Amino acid sequence: MSDAPALEFRDLEVAYTVRGIDREVLRKVSFSIAPGEAYGLVGESGCGKSTAAFAAMRYLPRNGKITSGSILFEGQDIVGMSTSDINTLRRSAISMVYQNPATALNPTIRIGDQVAEVFALQGLSKSDALAKVEQALIKVQIADPTKVMRRYAHQLSGGMAQRVVIAMALASNPRLLVMDEPTTGLDATVEAEVLDLVRKLRKESGTAVLFISHNLGVIRHMCDRVGVLYAGALVEQGATEDIFSNPSHPYTVGLLRCIPRGGLHKNTDRLDTIPGTPPALGTHFDGCVFADRCALVEDKCRTTQPEMVTVGQSHVARCFHTDKAGSMPRAIDTVSVSVSQNPNRATTGTRLLDIDHLSKAFTQDGHAVHVVNDVSLQVGVGETLGLVGESGAGKTTIAKLILGLYGSDSGSHVVLDGKDLAGTLNKRDIKDVGAMQIVFQNPDQALNRRHSVTRIVGRAVQKLRGLSADDSTDRAHELLSGMRVEATLHSARPVQLSGGLKQRVAISRAFAGAPQLVVCDEPTSALDVSVQATILNLLVDLQKQDGTSFIFISHDLGVVRYISDKIAVLYLGRVVEFGDSNRVFQGPHHPYTEALLSSVPNIDGSVRKRIPLTGVIPSPSNPPSGCVLHPRCPRMAGSGVEHLCTSVEPALTEVEPGHFMRCHIPLDQLRTVQTQ
Amino acid sequence: MKRFILQRLGLAVITVFLVCVIVFFLTHILPGDVARQYLGRGATEDDLRDFRRLFDLDKPLLTQLFSWINDLIHFDLGQSMQYRGPVSELLGPAIGYSSKLAAVAFLIIVPLSIAGGVLAAVNRGKKIDRAITVGGLSAAVIPEFVWAIILVLLFGVTFEIFPVTAFPGKGDKTVLNQIWHLVLPSISLLLVLFGYIARITRAGVIEALDSDYMRTAVLKGLTRRKAVIKHVLRNALLPTIAVIASQVPYLIGGLIAVEIVFNYPGFGTILKGAVDARDYSVLQAGVVVSSLVIVSFQLIADILFAVLNPRIRQKISE
Repeated sequence: MSDAPALEFRDLEVAYTVRGIDREVLRKVSFSIAPGEAYGLVGESGCGKSTAAFAAMRYLPRNGKITSGSILFEGQDIVGMSTSDINTLRRSAISMVYQNPATALNPTIRIGDQVAEVFALQGLSKSDALAKVEQALIKVQIADPTKVMRRYAHQLSGGMAQRVVIAMALASNPRLLVMDEPTTGLDATVEAEVLDLVRKLRKESGTAVLFISHNLGVIRHMCDRVGVLYAGALVEQGATEDIFSNPSHPYTVGLLRCIPRGGLHKNTDRLDTIPGTPPALGTHFDGCVFADRCALVEDKCRTTQPEMVTVGQSHVARCFHTDKAGSMPRAIDTVSVSVSQNPNRATTGTRLLDIDHLSKAFTQDGHAVHVVNDVSLQVGVGETLGLVGESGAGKTTIAKLILGLYGSDSGSHVVLDGKDLAGTLNKRDIKDVGAMQIVFQNPDQALNRRHSVTRIVGRAVQKLRGLSADDSTDRAHELLSGMRVEATLHSARPVQLSGGLKQRVAISRAFAGAPQLVVCDEPTSALDVSVQATILNLLVDLQKQDGTSFIFISHDLGVVRYISDKIAVLYLGRVVEFGDSNRVFQGPHHPYTEALLSSVPNIDGSVRKRIPLTGVIPSPSNPPSGCVLHPRCPRMAGSGVEHLCTSVEPALTEVEPGHFMRCHIPLDQLRTVQTQ
Repeated sequence: MKRFILQRLGLAVITVFLVCVIVFFLTHILPGDVARQYLGRGATEDDLRDFRRLFDLDKPLLTQLFSWINDLIHFDLGQSMQYRGPVSELLGPAIGYSSKLAAVAFLIIVPLSIAGGVLAAVNRGKKIDRAITVGGLSAAVIPEFVWAIILVLLFGVTFEIFPVTAFPGKGDKTVLNQIWHLVLPSISLLLVLFGYIARITRAGVIEALDSDYMRTAVLKGLTRRKAVIKHVLRNALLPTIAVIASQVPYLIGGLIAVEIVFNYPGFGTILKGAVDARDYSVLQAGVVVSSLVIVSFQLIADILFAVLNPRIRQKISE
């Protein structure tokens, strides 16, 4: 029994029945996870990752079924197992951690009771179970377990909820832990904490882990071995180091190439993409599943299914061209944007937007909550300003204030092209509204699903430009074609489009009024990396051609670094650091920026010591005295200026030309401690 | 929480007050002289004056309204024009009878409909689900008084299983026998309400069954049955409570029709008699009493909803 792998998939095939037809989701997937090993599955959305995760729990959606193959847990086949046996396994040997911890917890049962249920299932009495819960919560580093036990799910932050879910999963001392995107949707700093916790617990317990993620950086840091899934087929597998240093399947190579990794910048590098789109669910293939999108495709690839080829020690890839994959030609989409509408723009770099002492306080229970605090920023023509910070830092609120979706407090000024704009949207004239537009994170919710693509864009053109209905339809078609939304799709409704296409439509809409500035609020967060690359390329093209400026909000620091000229780091509604993109990333950093950067698991594998931010983000309704970061500051202790940090709020000062920081610690001292 | 309850209570009082005012004016703007209608053509001016004085009809409208409401507050429902006795003596026992019928009906309808809805949901797409959903909906399109007649003909006359009236009359007055008489009228109400309540329950249960927390419960190793009981029902029944409370007005309307068919001396029968005889004071009092019942049930539903849902409870206590 001890020799048997913790989990083994043998030629597993899973199908979903859609409208009476079985559609293949997993195609003969085989892999095994040794006891205590961490195995990662990566791939883009729709490739079958989550299906594989739930199959390992033998939990498939109502229309899903295992059509052939077997799943072995410690040598026992769980496919044909009786319900009571599988329940016994779930109670004692296999557990799962889910992507969305907030909804994975029951909203009407107290946290303590939900965790206690796991212990009760092992036969403990109610009081014994509750006593165990406290220990379990301490194990996942929840500081005040008795308090948390009395809470309900909606009273927990995302990170806290995920800790509770992990505590619940570990309560049964499982020998296999299935983690399905456990940190997706969490802040970078919280993600780093959760990942650290998982690594630590794994070291203690020796649990085998099946780790599912779309984030290659996370996989690289968490897993011993990696499998790459594409269209439901395992296309490459090997030790993590080998996969990242010597990717041998064109898909893996493509995935790694389209990520904006450290050092790449829009001015010097265009991002690689993976041409084409992933196949629809259940598409039948005679040959290689990736042939349609592969740069190395030959006739053979379309007719014969390649076998797994050994490319190194326990490193296999399902390709005829494993030797050439690493050096395959780059896939760079061509520049085809032609939506030019402002030939007479001022030259790049001149001041376009001036945000002056922007503040916003919301009233909550009679108290003023300062969500945005005296923010002053500038954006030049043709420049991109990146806004970064944890959730709750005020990024989106600032965007909404600039756009006039919220009215800002008195004393705030938003000056666009020399014109002091009215505080709220309905007081601005239509030209100013067209001049600043927004692209939202989730195009699914931002586009009216009842309207055709042409109508969505056409209406915006009509409103913002005052064109006739016919003219605006023509213009809408021009815009859409410029964004490479094909003419055949112009009468489609959003639901018929892929995520990337929907975002192109949303971008077309934002460009309807010939904007000078477009706010992009996490525009690629919901997209796969290969689609993200094409959207980022598109934005860069638009900027180069028209001199459009962007305010780019993202939690993905790699993306922000790639696309931004300037970066503002926000904490608790304040700008703590502001300067040229390179400066901010290369350092010396503000201690908060430093912690933020160090928490990102990057794909190049360089091991950076994580500078932890202890404690939770304080509530803006009750900010700490002095520097708002001081209770969590990683560099305050031993700096010699602690008395200042705890009593006086530092001003945003220019520490070197073009580089602003809000910190009491002198720049040279920061440089010294940060280079150690 | 206390503030929330007080607030809701205040709203309820305002609602009932508005109902009083509206009912009062509706009955008083009806054309014709009430006294003349009651006393007939042969009445003398003195008779008419006495009648008007007895029922305050000689006073200005607003004075009438205020004295009526003032009386209501002091639990004085006024004098019946038809029977010349206190309305409360007339309505009191009737309300007692109706409450019995309503209670029996409620006890049959609520558990059965919820059970039906849960059963349909956990067997989603199967035959039993279709039988409950389609059957419930089909039964609901037939009005309760038609059902009542069909049931009486079928189980009372043809098969003689149940009594044809809802009131034991001079016969055996044991509780069991009284309830036995109320079964058939309750079933006619059940047939109309079942489909609706079951559907709402089914929708709530299906949403909870498909939820992530249900998945968590199953993957913890709970049996499906236990997971449904512990994790699904509480979340699923929240919307159902509101629906049931919202059906109380309908239940009262249904009671009136059913009582008449089953010849039951309840609230509905009295109210219908008052309409036939244009006994305005009884009618007014009846409407006010039923609005009180409806508002109280809505209040109970609101409070229950808040108590069961921690999210709302927290918002309230903040």
